[in-house]
Amino acid sequence: MTTTVDPGPRASSADRTSAGGAALEVKGVTKAFGSFVAVDDLTLTVPSGSFFALLGPSGCGKTTTLRMVAGLEEPTAGTISLAGQDVTGTRAHQRPVNTVFQSYALFPHLTVGENVAFGLRRSRAKDVATRVADGLDLVELGHLADRKPAQLSGGQQQRVALARALVNRPALLLLDEPLGALDLKLRRQMQLELKRIQTEVGLTFVHVTHDQEEAMTMADTVAVMNHGRIEQLGSPADLYELPRTAFVANFLGQSNLVAGTVTERLTERGLLGVDVRGTRVLVPEDRAVRTDGAVLVGARPEKMRLLVGDQEPGPAENVLGPGTVTDVSFMGVSTQYQVEIPGLGTFGVFAQNLLGGATVSVGTSVRLAWAVDFTFGLDGAQAPDEGAVDLDDEL
Amino acid sequence: MSIAAALGDSVAGVAAEPPRRRARRAHLVLLGPGVVYLVLFFVVPVGALLATSLYVPVPGGDVGEYQPAFHWQNYVDALAQFWPALLRSFWFAFLATLAALVIGYPMAYVIAVRARGRRLLQGLLLVLVVAPFFTSFILRTIAWKQILADDAFVVTALHVLHLLPADARLTATPFAVVSGLTYNFLPFMVLPIFAALERLDSRLLEAGADLYASPATTFRTVTWPLSLPGVVAGTLLVFIPAAGDYVNASLLGNNTNTTMIGQVIDARFFKVLDYPTAASLSVVLMVAILLLVGAYIRRSGTEDLL
Amino acid sequence: MTAVLDRAGESTSAHAPVRTPRRARRRLGDVIVPVFAALAFVYLLVPVAYTVVFSFNDAGKTNLVWQGFTLENWQNPCGAPQVCEAFANSLQVGVVSTIIATALGTLVAIALVRFRFRGRATTNLLIFLPMSTPEVVLGAALLAQFLTLRVPLGFGTVVAAHVLFCISFVVVTVKARVAGLDPALEEAAADLYASPWQAFWRVTFPLLVPGIAAAALLAFSLSFDDFIVTSFTSGSYTTFPKFVYVSATRGIPPQANVISSFMFVLALVIVVLVQVLGYARSKRLGAR
Repeated sequence: MTTTVDPGPRASSADRTSAGGAALEVKGVTKAFGSFVAVDDLTLTVPSGSFFALLGPSGCGKTTTLRMVAGLEEPTAGTISLAGQDVTGTRAHQRPVNTVFQSYALFPHLTVGENVAFGLRRSRAKDVATRVADGLDLVELGHLADRKPAQLSGGQQQRVALARALVNRPALLLLDEPLGALDLKLRRQMQLELKRIQTEVGLTFVHVTHDQEEAMTMADTVAVMNHGRIEQLGSPADLYELPRTAFVANFLGQSNLVAGTVTERLTERGLLGVDVRGTRVLVPEDRAVRTDGAVLVGARPEKMRLLVGDQEPGPAENVLGPGTVTDVSFMGVSTQYQVEIPGLGTFGVFAQNLLGGATVSVGTSVRLAWAVDFTFGLDGAQAPDEGAVDLDDEL
Repeated sequence: MSIAAALGDSVAGVAAEPPRRRARRAHLVLLGPGVVYLVLFFVVPVGALLATSLYVPVPGGDVGEYQPAFHWQNYVDALAQFWPALLRSFWFAFLATLAALVIGYPMAYVIAVRARGRRLLQGLLLVLVVAPFFTSFILRTIAWKQILADDAFVVTALHVLHLLPADARLTATPFAVVSGLTYNFLPFMVLPIFAALERLDSRLLEAGADLYASPATTFRTVTWPLSLPGVVAGTLLVFIPAAGDYVNASLLGNNTNTTMIGQVIDARFFKVLDYPTAASLSVVLMVAILLLVGAYIRRSGTEDLL
Repeated sequence: MTAVLDRAGESTSAHAPVRTPRRARRRLGDVIVPVFAALAFVYLLVPVAYTVVFSFNDAGKTNLVWQGFTLENWQNPCGAPQVCEAFANSLQVGVVSTIIATALGTLVAIALVRFRFRGRATTNLLIFLPMSTPEVVLGAALLAQFLTLRVPLGFGTVVAAHVLFCISFVVVTVKARVAGLDPALEEAAADLYASPWQAFWRVTFPLLVPGIAAAALLAFSLSFDDFIVTSFTSGSYTTFPKFVYVSATRGIPPQANVISSFMFVLALVIVVLVQVLGYARSKRLGAR
């Protein structure tokens, strides 16, 4: 530890808050456990004051990344900086970073109030009592300060864990799947509350989760991780509308992906012509990862519509088919169709129930149409089902 | 916990890069004092014991004076002379362990299963199990001797009921010694079995009954297998001290057919000052017990007990 | 035919004869097991009761036959020569060995659970071996060592020996407690600016206290009641069990029963108090 590196928790908690939280910079970080590489040459920047989500399936390295930022693991290579200061060599208790743990890790022998005061006491902060009270008020638990954690419900424990981290006014707040243990309804409620608190205190949040919906509703920026690397980084809308890898296309929502080959470039219109088993499909050039050779052509299910009988597609639409409807699921707001096109596979189509329920029944012959503008092109070297939800994994 | 974190836990020691050295030092600080202590006061003394077992008397020296040598004949001589006591020790220890299991298992079962949910009763019964620990081991053994004495109530009653021949006695018999061993180590049997049974989910028993098992079948197929780790721990905790004990044999036994190896070792050390024989018998006892325990643990498939 | 139909119609009564013996057997089991256990408790406690009763014996020197009730032994527990000296020695040995064994054993237990290191299996074996070695062998080995090094036998050698056989039990007891601790708690402490030292004293240690206390109690009771290892390593130094054993040949003074009974009652009161307090506390928590 060198003196220049360690800002100390006290210095940081006082100086940084006015700036609204510090930016995190991770540069070329690798973490290997023996021969297993958990995080592989990872580089990312989290802007000050933002809500950043690390999204990925379990084992993708997101928790290891978070633990390295917290100082609970040391990187095998690379540097981690907070607000421009290299903190790679410092240990957890020397970093102006706080974590909300997955299991909450509330100290069972201390009361709620003592739990929240723990960090303040260690950093010898002033006005501990006031700050603890304010912190508990922020999560609306002021009346439970004397209880032991075991006497609280899951949601209350989660809020105590949040207050315990927030009262220190950390430069960076790390959230390790903090909502994983809560049931669905409570989870939605806590998502909104977390978002409210983040806006209110204006800190930088880094949130680790495997729940794509959670990441999208809460974060300004989402980084999708897979096999220790970042697949794609951007705003939730960008990631959803324009995935750059098959993994992102399938992990974040659902996608219809078919393999094809670029056959022509219509430069004046900015389009690529792709041959998909004899059918020509157009992809905007700026929405394609590569402009020649093997590609995956993709579109989201809600962008697609069914053409029945002699219904004609619009002028700027791609068409595939005909195929057969194999399944119809009524979902309330929408109806989901599965369409099997011989030689191309199964496609999902979500239709809004604007006019009531299903319009097409199982066995009907249909074609699929969708706007060229919503088509995206991916590298054809990837498996079309990479990152798709596997029922066995979910259980 | 993610897979990566779990992996990190299991292989952290393998990594050779500088950051890990910190953790390495931490565990050395924690382990150091205890391990050094065990080496100084266990490993080295056992080494001294091994060395002593090979000593020979100083030629022309006093009684109790020995010099270093490699006289393996000590073992042959010791075993030739004292093998009956050694075998008897294991036999008595085995009988006492069996008796303690038969007596202790129902006790543990009643406390853990029948008294389940009644915390105060359970606590009280547990206190009664450990209560004997709070009075002196020797005093209890002497009390036991007096209870089994010729003119005491038990023997008189057995005579009156003709359960014991008129000229037979209980004190100074193998029965007295084995019952004393059983008595003294019984709590060591009850506590681990209790611990194992307490963890037993009562829903499993209900599931057993639900699947048409009679109480006996439920016990045989569910309760007993799940309590096995406790049974293994309990039998070891009774057998090991019983095999090496000499207090019961010397207070409750006679000098003809109850002599246990502990008595011999004690007498060789203190009465005859025959250190090499005492040491070689100790080594034989230790090795025999370790072999037995190792085989037993392996056979019962409870290596993780350690 | 009608008979068959009748039977089928009365399915409940048809089952009854099958069920009755089964229920009876079960009820028999319900009775036999507790009765057997009760007898076992009697077996376990009779010698204890005997010891306590004979502390009130008006026995003079040899406390073998009931002579009559007296409180004199309790009024003058140090009346017999050496009794209290031996008792004080046992207390001293017990306290000192407990402190040392608990401290050393707790550290080893934490290391064994929290760290993966080369030599971990060897360390586990080193902990297990003293437990699976009969006391007479431990005593003989230590005596062989002390004789070889010409260490004078006495308080020091007795404590050294007691610490040895207590450490393993402490390690095993505390290990179970450490294994039940969520490692995230220590990480949370570090995350909240606690240095490793502070994290240990503020979080780990308080949470381990019940396990450490149990281990210390166990160590003390093992040490206080030990005879075999003590007899090998004590020379002329006398502890309470040794005093009782040695005087057994010429008659144990009733004061020994007094001291033993006193320790018994004291321990019982403490344990019962802890139990009742724990029970009351759980009731109160449950009521909230």
